[in-house]
Amino acid sequence: MKLDNSKVKLYSQIGTRATFGLACIELLKKYENLMVCTADVSTSAGLDRFRKKYPNNYIDVGIAEQNLIGVATGLSELNFKVITTTFSPFQALRCLEQIKVNLGYMQNKVVMVGLASGLVLGSLGFTHASIEDVGALRSIPNLNLICPSDSGEVVKALDKALENKNSTYIRLTGGSNNTIINQDDYDFEIGKSIELKKGHKVCIISNGQILSECLAAANKLDEINISTSVINMHTIKPIDEKKIFEISKKYKLVVSVEEHNVIGGLGSAVAEQLIKIENSPPQALIGIQDYYEKGGNYFYLKNKYSISSEKIFEKIKNSYECLRKI
Amino acid sequence: MEEFMQIDLDTKKRVKLVANTVRKKILLMAFSAGQSSAHIGGALSSADIISTLYETVFKINKKNIHDEEKDRFILSKGHGCLTYYAILNHLGFITDDELLTFEKDGSILLGHPVKNRDKGIEFSNGSLGMGLSIGVGLAIGYKRLNKKNNVYVILGDGECNEGSVWESFMCANKFNLDNLFVFIDNNKFQQTGSNDEILINNNLNDKLSAFGWNAKKINGHSIEEIYDFLVTNKNNQKPNIAICETIKGKGVSFIENNNDWHHTVLTKKNYDIAINELNKNEA
Repeated sequence: MKLDNSKVKLYSQIGTRATFGLACIELLKKYENLMVCTADVSTSAGLDRFRKKYPNNYIDVGIAEQNLIGVATGLSELNFKVITTTFSPFQALRCLEQIKVNLGYMQNKVVMVGLASGLVLGSLGFTHASIEDVGALRSIPNLNLICPSDSGEVVKALDKALENKNSTYIRLTGGSNNTIINQDDYDFEIGKSIELKKGHKVCIISNGQILSECLAAANKLDEINISTSVINMHTIKPIDEKKIFEISKKYKLVVSVEEHNVIGGLGSAVAEQLIKIENSPPQALIGIQDYYEKGGNYFYLKNKYSISSEKIFEKIKNSYECLRKI
Repeated sequence: MEEFMQIDLDTKKRVKLVANTVRKKILLMAFSAGQSSAHIGGALSSADIISTLYETVFKINKKNIHDEEKDRFILSKGHGCLTYYAILNHLGFITDDELLTFEKDGSILLGHPVKNRDKGIEFSNGSLGMGLSIGVGLAIGYKRLNKKNNVYVILGDGECNEGSVWESFMCANKFNLDNLFVFIDNNKFQQTGSNDEILINNNLNDKLSAFGWNAKKINGHSIEEIYDFLVTNKNNQKPNIAICETIKGKGVSFIENNNDWHHTVLTKKNYDIAINELNKNEA
């Protein structure tokens, strides 16, 4: 699906969730047999219009996520293109074993959309903030994991996930009025990362809305002569091995930045590749250091967890300077 | 108005014989599994349900197994797979040699079913409480496609401890799934004791009626009653469920109602005694 330049601004204003709802209407034009399944979250997922206009392509199973994945599995068996959605903790963890057995082991195909993942719902507490979804899902074979950088990329990721042979979990981050990472249309392929900014000393690998913090940090690093690249590693699984190999040969320091626990997430996935490469550069893992912070809004929590642009800048600066002393 | 259809005598006789054969094959596989043990009691309790289903309304063969028009079956109580493998062997999907590979290294026939459409195994099951949801999804799908296919699911009574089963029970009524036929193999035991000892779950008939199902308590070893449940058209758009009163270990005197046989080793001596008992039914 092409990114419609005129819609990019609207998408960013309404945020990834509402964009998802709009995208479903577009996708129905392409896939007549699309079935969107929810667990009582039509409003939160921007699906109210879809629900009203296309009742035959919409299924609400109530607040019952285990059944949601089971029902989606049954539908996929009849070759429907199936999307399920609810808030990220319930989409990824409440029904984790159904995902394992039905989508991983049995390989039925469903596209799952985890709403408001990461820290954006932090003021609701850590029942709703979601810093574990990637780690849990990454250990299940036959599953793609995508964390789109902005609203437009949500549309592209959905389209590609529906075409792909495997099931996919799409992790939505950020709130409304989010930062536009991709202004113009571009090629999006599952498993193929995108270079957002070129540099030659440090390489930041990240994904999701936190990329906006990374880009700001990278620009500041450039100013103090630490030329920094930023890679949008939107697909966490299958990870772009080729790109990570290239990065390992090119930079002095690799930094992974994630709005997720550093255990099991993007940083782990990058480290698993780097460790296989001879003389690879050191990696700094920036993310949530395996603890639950007191709740608070998105900006509060990004600061607390040191994943704001300021904190990312400082951490990378310090790491790079330490490296030069060695 | 309900419309009844009586099973004819020849069919009933044939199904009975098939169920007896299924029981013998269950024991053969359990015996060949040796020290790796097998779920025997809960396999024997559902032999009449599966045999009636496969020999009457759910007609599958190697030619139609991939047909879109074919009905669908889910063994949600996946540990009861010996019954499943036995009927699929009887129908020619699984060879006699394959039957003897049960639970052996690299086998296609493990202690819980692994999806293998060519062999007639439609879904991977084993983790309890997941199969009915898939059945509900299939049944909704057929309705949306305006297709007449039916969906058949067998649940265990112990399996109904799982909350996810009740999520599916609640969901089925919302979508008017009269194309969904569910059996609960109510043999009154689960892994480490009777249902009453582990988790009381009585009055399933009342509970499921209250959930909006056509619920019916039947004798799960009566070919007539199982058949009647399958073919009676209730004309009320509700999903259908039979609470099948069964005996765990049914058909072998020393296994019946003895929960030591939930998952255990079948020795040569016990195998011979059991087969002798079952052979007498064919005399």
